[in-house]
Amino acid sequence: MPLNILVCIKQVPDPEQFDRITLDPATGSINRAGIPPVTNPVDRHAVEEALRIREASGGTVAVLTMGPPQARKCLEDALAMGADRGVLLCDMAFAGADTLATAAVLAAGIRSAGDFDLVLCGNESVDGATGQVPAQLAEALGWPRVTYARKIEIAKEAATALVEREIEEGFLRVEVRLPAVIAVVKRINRYRLPTIFGILEAGKKEIIEVGCAACECAGLVAEAMGLAGSPTRVAGVFQSHRKRHVEMIGGEPKEAARGLIRKLKEMDAL
Amino acid sequence: MKEILVWAELRDGRLTGVALEIMKKALDLATLSGGRVSAVAIGRECRESAAELVAHGAERVFVVEDARLDLYQADAFTKILCRLIGEIRPGIVLMGGTSVGADLAPAVAARLGTGLTAHCTDLRIEAIEGLDQLVMVVPGWRGNMMVKIVCPEKRPVMATIRPGVMERGRPEPSREGEIVAVSPDIDEKDFRARTLERVRESEESALEQAKIIVSGGFGFYEAGGVALLDQLARALGAVTAGSRPACDAGWVPESRMIGQSGRTVSPDLFISIGASGAPHYTTGFAKSKLIVAIDKNPKAPVFDIADFGVAGDLKEIIPALVEELEAKE
Ligand SMILES: Cc1cc2nc3c(=O)[nH]c(=O)nc-3n(C[C@H](O)[C@H](O)[C@H](O)COP(=O)(O)OP(=O)(O)OC[C@H]3O[C@@H](n4cnc5c(N)ncnc54)[C@H](O)[C@@H]3O)c2cc1C
Ligand SMILES: Cc1cc2nc3c(=O)[nH]c(=O)nc-3n(C[C@H](O)[C@H](O)[C@H](O)COP(=O)(O)OP(=O)(O)OC[C@H]3O[C@@H](n4cnc5c(N)ncnc54)[C@H](O)[C@@H]3O)c2cc1C
Repeated sequence: MPLNILVCIKQVPDPEQFDRITLDPATGSINRAGIPPVTNPVDRHAVEEALRIREASGGTVAVLTMGPPQARKCLEDALAMGADRGVLLCDMAFAGADTLATAAVLAAGIRSAGDFDLVLCGNESVDGATGQVPAQLAEALGWPRVTYARKIEIAKEAATALVEREIEEGFLRVEVRLPAVIAVVKRINRYRLPTIFGILEAGKKEIIEVGCAACECAGLVAEAMGLAGSPTRVAGVFQSHRKRHVEMIGGEPKEAARGLIRKLKEMDAL
Repeated sequence: MKEILVWAELRDGRLTGVALEIMKKALDLATLSGGRVSAVAIGRECRESAAELVAHGAERVFVVEDARLDLYQADAFTKILCRLIGEIRPGIVLMGGTSVGADLAPAVAARLGTGLTAHCTDLRIEAIEGLDQLVMVVPGWRGNMMVKIVCPEKRPVMATIRPGVMERGRPEPSREGEIVAVSPDIDEKDFRARTLERVRESEESALEQAKIIVSGGFGFYEAGGVALLDQLARALGAVTAGSRPACDAGWVPESRMIGQSGRTVSPDLFISIGASGAPHYTTGFAKSKLIVAIDKNPKAPVFDIADFGVAGDLKEIIPALVEELEAKE
């Protein structure tokens, strides 16, 4: 049975360059100018998983992102990997969203983009890094969810998926009825890189833009979007002082070893 | 903010450590704000845990017992918590940010239409715009910044706290509390996602549960691999882990790679040896209670995040440590 799959991907500042993020102490605002945006790393694995399911059982793969106009780039990258079409949720009304308002807009965008059997997400972004969006998206859609998925098998008749879901001491085997939201972890697969052919093909594929009005048509009131629809607020940002004060223990190896063990015993660590 | 509700996660029928860590924090907040602490436990058998929660300061413990709730069932747990919160109307709900809590909390918050703050490292009550509010502090951008988050209007205010971030309190057996049995009130419809079984892979959990972790880096190249690291781990009763190059070299299994692309740990004692201290690596253990760094290069950045440092050759330091540890036995 072919499946219509939609993958949620997020554009984030390149995590390699997070140490370039600075805080203006006067205004309390975050400066990330000059840090190039990339696709949230685990979201590529989600796209890959969708492509593999399509290759095994047929169907289509759409990719969707909510973000500023330049977030189109991460849709183009996913199209070059092999996704069929893109959806860009872009509107000033979406800005300033916490996870609840993000999930509400993603759900409205999904509804307005078509009928889907499966929505895949990454388990967590590298910037907000709450990991809250997938479960909240499932609630907004009224669907069941499985997060921390490291393996997905679609049943033959495509009514359910069998998922290996990571937990601290191993994994849970979960059977979930479709449609469902499944959030994946990186180890689920190795993702492909776009080929030249894929990049050329991507230029011909469609990216539709969905704004506030279309979300309202899909049943979401404007008050539930962006900052207005966000129950949480940022009350301040401060620089963390992560550095510990190191006490160097010197001497010949034997002396240093003895000194270190004495310190650790004093601290109750041994 | 009168009532604070703690979701106390059970694993194998026993309370998780993070549940007790949160209890302590909840109790501190309740003392500050003049409120009280309740807890909820969901599982096959929760009576013993309920008594333990009372000893840790819960004035009421709601127990929801059902054989079908032995393993985590996402739909059923969500429904039960939402109903309970709707009935007792707490001002604050605190939950452990375990792999299960991180799935349950956002669904509950969304269904209640309230705010949820993830991975709090601190919770305090501060006056903001003339109102006493729960301020939730979270690390941003891999810990380069700290962000204060509030939830001014919607109730309850919800937050998750990761294991190992807060201190556990001491149980006081003299404390008294009420244990309230709550019927689960679930049926087939509440198992759209059904957990069929749990498979243990103890290797994965060894790191999370370890009190002491010794982690090796590329510096072991000179020493010809990590036989020395294993020796030290044995002498300390520690679990071994490694940086990316140590895993790439096959000295330590991939599943025990520490860092951004690997695992995040916060043991009582983390000993890093022969690893320079790239942020990709140190972010994986920066929260450990005590950090020791051993490296040949006294200027290695790893010393910036350590409590104790030894600058020297691991080929000499490790045997000396092992000898010293074994002599004392
Ligand atoms: C430092 C910091 C801390 C924050 N803390 C909180 C908090 O505690 N509570 C809160 O409610 N908000 C918080 N936010 C706001 C939150 O980051 C935003 O709401 C963000 O839009 C979504 O959350 P996330 O990045 O944490 O997503 P996650 O839940 O970590 O993302 C998981 C997956 O959801 C999908 N997804 C997420 N966002 C999008 C998108 N825009 N488009 C398409 N798919 C998407 C992707 O598949 C992604 O892999 C915080 C933001 C920052 C910068
Ligand atoms: C996107 C990305 C993600 C990454 N994720 C991770 C991650 O999750 N985890 C991770 O670990 N890395 C990660 N890395 C790699 C990381 O940036 C560093 O390259 C890596 O951590 C370095 O490992 P190391 O300290 O073991 O090696 P090195 O930097 O080579 O350090 C070796 C150290 O050993 C010391 N040494 C040498 N000989 C001796 C001796 N005889 N006695 C004592 N000391 C000695 C040296 O002085 C040196 O300080 C990532 C990189 C990228 C780009």
